[in-house]
Amino acid sequence: MSTTVADSNTARLEIRDLHLWRGERHLLRGVSFALRRGELLQVVGPNGVGKTSLLRCVAGLLPVESGEIEWEGAPLRSCRDTYHQALAYLAHMNALKPDLTALENLRFSVGVRREIVLPSLQAVLEQLQIAQCADLPVRSLSAGQKRRVSIARILLTQARLWILDEPITNLDAAGIALFERCMANHLREGGMILTAAHQLLLQGQPNVRTLELH
Amino acid sequence: MQPGLLKLVRLVAQRDLRLAIRHWDQVIQPLVFFVIVTTLFPLAISPSLDELRRIAPGVVWVAAMLASLLALESLFRPDVEDGTMEQWTLSGQPLSVMLLAKTATHWLLAGLPLVVMAPIVGTALGMPRSVWPVLAGSLALGTACLSILGGIGAALTVGVRRGSVLLALLVLPLEMPVLIFGARAVDLAMHGEAALGPLNLLAALALLFVSLGPFAMAAAMRISVES
Repeated sequence: MSTTVADSNTARLEIRDLHLWRGERHLLRGVSFALRRGELLQVVGPNGVGKTSLLRCVAGLLPVESGEIEWEGAPLRSCRDTYHQALAYLAHMNALKPDLTALENLRFSVGVRREIVLPSLQAVLEQLQIAQCADLPVRSLSAGQKRRVSIARILLTQARLWILDEPITNLDAAGIALFERCMANHLREGGMILTAAHQLLLQGQPNVRTLELH
Repeated sequence: MQPGLLKLVRLVAQRDLRLAIRHWDQVIQPLVFFVIVTTLFPLAISPSLDELRRIAPGVVWVAAMLASLLALESLFRPDVEDGTMEQWTLSGQPLSVMLLAKTATHWLLAGLPLVVMAPIVGTALGMPRSVWPVLAGSLALGTACLSILGGIGAALTVGVRRGSVLLALLVLPLEMPVLIFGARAVDLAMHGEAALGPLNLLAALALLFVSLGPFAMAAAMRISVES
């Protein structure tokens, strides 16, 4: 079984014939796709089909057992650091320290990737409508607010490729609409998004495709 | 633009110190453990200073070793469990440098207090004041070795559920040379002899671990995160 969505020489991220076993289970069976600038690829499928594993594999968090992942024409193995500098990964877990404030969390998690100044941090918190949470310890925020802080990290990293695992978990309707606008913006600026979500985002746009796993 | 290595080290150290201040009650636990364990010996063996003096170097060193082992549990586990470590491996920055910075900060919080407290504990066990410099020096070098060795073990076992016993089984045998040289240095000093030999060996071990340990830690951490 092979799931080919697109093939092109202009692809920046290309996955070919990816296989993955988890224990005895043959989880991913020959998954192939390519992602170009300005495109969004949504991985869909029932629970436990391997969406998260696929995303972790592509992010370089799971060793590839068989198949190839190429970033701008070079295999991932040989350009790990440059690839990771261009990548922002949002996992199930928010990767926030509950004892630090939202600002302190962002100042560190974004700060290790690029120089950042306070006004731009505050501007993004403002944009995501959590400015009032900036100086509160993350422990005291609601699940949706925590998710928004994580999304702020993705926006602030200014990475070209976003890999988002269930990005809209815990977000309210306004939050989802807000995040969709952020995603559309990112695509317009030539970014790439690979996401796994149960609810399709940015539906009906020409640069949005889905990849179904079964 | 990516921040340089020095900036990176500063960011990690700042973050960990800030976190430590926010839950200082957990940070001082190994120190309290160290003091309590060394206090148990006079109660169990004999309050006579002559007898205590004979075993004091060994007691202080074993207690310091166990205290530093106790502190290892909090070195990487919280960051791995909340997904922070995943982000570190994806940051495009050298993981070895980040983990070395983290371990060094950890030593400041868990190792250095032992070094400062040791002369007081030693005095309670009948150590003469002339031994203080050797005791503090050997513990400073020794706890640095233990932090890095323990860091490698902690990075390897952090993916294992309830891995703390495994960590002890893995790390304690490797720490034996450090214990032997450290306790020996203090013992020599107590008999008024030159302790430079074992201290030099400890310093050599510390250099070896600090220079090569971070790479082992980073490799072990990648294995733990990628499972």
